[in-house]
Amino acid sequence: MSGGMSGEETGTGTARQDWPLYEVFVRGKRGLNHVHVGSLHAADDTMALTHARDLYTRRNEGVSIWVVRSTHIAASTRDEKDPFFKPSADKVYRHPTFYDIPDDVPHI
Amino acid sequence: MPLEGPPGDSGDDRGEPPLQERFDATIGRDQRIEPRDWMPDGYRGTLIRQIAQHAHSEIIGMQPEGEWITRAPSLRRKAILFAKVQDEAGHGLYLYSAAETLGADRADLTERLIEGRQKYSSIFNYPTESFADVGVIGWFVDGAAICNQVPLCRSSYGPYARAMVRVCKEESFHQRQGYELLMTMMRGTDAQRAMVQDAVDRWWWPSLMMFGPPDGDSPNSARSMAWKIKRHSNDELRQRFVDMTVPQAERLGVTLPDPDLRWNEERGRHDFGTPDWSELQRVISGDGPCNTARVARRRAAHEDGAWVREAATAHAAKQAARARHGEGAAA
Amino acid sequence: MSDDIDDHVYLSLAEQHDQEGDARWAFGTGFEDPLHGVDTAVPDGVDGAELAAVCLALGDDALVGAQRLAQWCTRAPELEEEVALANIGLDLLGQARLLYARCGQADGTGRGEDAYAYTRDPADFRNVRLAELPDGDFAFCVVRLLVLSTWRLALFGRLASTADPVLAAVAAKGVPELTYHRQYAADWAVRLGDGTDESHRRMRAALADVVPYLDEVLDARPQFAAHADAVRQETLAVLDQVLLAAGLSLPAAPAVPGSGRQGDHTAHLAPLLAELQSVARAHPEATW
Repeated sequence: MSGGMSGEETGTGTARQDWPLYEVFVRGKRGLNHVHVGSLHAADDTMALTHARDLYTRRNEGVSIWVVRSTHIAASTRDEKDPFFKPSADKVYRHPTFYDIPDDVPHI
Repeated sequence: MPLEGPPGDSGDDRGEPPLQERFDATIGRDQRIEPRDWMPDGYRGTLIRQIAQHAHSEIIGMQPEGEWITRAPSLRRKAILFAKVQDEAGHGLYLYSAAETLGADRADLTERLIEGRQKYSSIFNYPTESFADVGVIGWFVDGAAICNQVPLCRSSYGPYARAMVRVCKEESFHQRQGYELLMTMMRGTDAQRAMVQDAVDRWWWPSLMMFGPPDGDSPNSARSMAWKIKRHSNDELRQRFVDMTVPQAERLGVTLPDPDLRWNEERGRHDFGTPDWSELQRVISGDGPCNTARVARRRAAHEDGAWVREAATAHAAKQAARARHGEGAAA
Repeated sequence: MSDDIDDHVYLSLAEQHDQEGDARWAFGTGFEDPLHGVDTAVPDGVDGAELAAVCLALGDDALVGAQRLAQWCTRAPELEEEVALANIGLDLLGQARLLYARCGQADGTGRGEDAYAYTRDPADFRNVRLAELPDGDFAFCVVRLLVLSTWRLALFGRLASTADPVLAAVAAKGVPELTYHRQYAADWAVRLGDGTDESHRRMRAALADVVPYLDEVLDARPQFAAHADAVRQETLAVLDQVLLAAGLSLPAAPAVPGSGRQGDHTAHLAPLLAELQSVARAHPEATW
């Protein structure tokens, strides 16, 4: 057989050639959103999809997978928390329970 | 940086409560800390260490049982064991993923493992001597792991808690397959029953040690419990495991190798003997039966795989360059 | 949620996660029996002995292949590949079990899957020798998987409409599995062929090791005479396409004489089976 030993050419063999981190999103079944399930390492997008399939759908979990390089995600930060989310907190009229409807009105 | 990466901010000049106070309040309300939240350095460091050790344990834990996949005595058992050991690789990955949300790097954690700078569960430094060990590991070791891990589903750190939910859910079959194998073997030949009892005798005490040293000798436990990284003390979890396991042993028809084991009516729990803590210390410090072999195997896999990982990286870089070149030519 | 919920571990697992969780967490449910509703009687017009021979050869390829993949366990070049190789091994093991079960029905002995796996001697195995060669390095793993999965997929695609309904159902179940195995191997063949000088050199060495056993795979008669030509053409076309993308090609090399389909094996099969059968044979009266 051809080798099987760690290659002389690679020196110590522990050279750090890290595959980048990808975030994985799985759609559990039709009608549901993709859900962030975790991350993994892969050399490229194709490998990331394959790894995601192998790692996160071992039990029949998914009908669709998204992967994206972690560095490509823009996320809100702690500092932005209030300006981002507080303004919607007082718009209670967006919620159905804001409206008082008598119990005897059907189907509403 | 991972999606749920560490926070960049630490300053706070808008008259909000100080960071530490907000952190404490979140823990106090039993809410989850998420990766981009401010957290004390000690909390972050403790979590990275605990999650990494947990991940390493999953990966090293593949070895003792993995040795029996090729020898499993029926195709059904072979498939079950193969799937179980594969799950452990998956669980290691879920946990490394959680550790990376804290700013740790998996390659770095792997280096720490193979250089002996980070620990894994001492239980995996014991050898597997017969196929009955596969059953007993499922029953004891996965049973103990469940006792440990179910409360961790409510750990204060969100990504760790979520990883544990997934791990616990998937591991619920691990303990059952072990117990089912043992039940089948106990209904088999005398030689099989002897194999089961022998495996029980060898694994019982190391399993009790999985919960760690007694509470009095576990200096960091109190802090981890205050932070709700840990939800129960070592001794409390060990007691739960004993109480859970004794009736299972009776039903199976095996004897747990502890002359002091008996029901305590007053406490409503079992009394049991004291594990040999000096043995635990020896195994943790690297002097268990299989420490050297386990780490050497992991190191060999990592080093033998270096050329493969490098090749994939090189190919990805070439592909990206070709794509850029193609775009340039088209433009 | 109170601490009491931890008191019974399984209860707490169920309570915490079952009602609220499955969909949100993308946990799997619903497993299918590939033979559900399939009539297991050997139909008129199907020769039981021929059917058994096909099932045995395909079962042996799968079992021996799964055993070699199991030997990769804890040695894969990255943890993600650990999971991938195990998935492929588990697929093959599943195929072997179904094929052996059908073999026992078709040859009239009524033997179960384990009788075929654990009680036969090396000379009774009918797998191709490529499947039994030792694991070698990851390049060899990839090249062997590429050849075997490409051939097997080409064949299973045709067997999915074969006259025996059970073999047809097993083949139909295998098609998506093998499609994935072939894709996995092809992706890696391209990566390693294109990657570094070392990976390219290792791929060339692996091809040189595999090619002497290629004819035996393609020419897998007598069991597969019906589809041999079409399967050979499809297999070679796919291999050419993948190797072209990988910057590689099939080297010319003389075929090793003999065929595993007729019971000719390398010296590597006996130790593989000795390991596989060791516990089962040491306890002939035992149940597992």
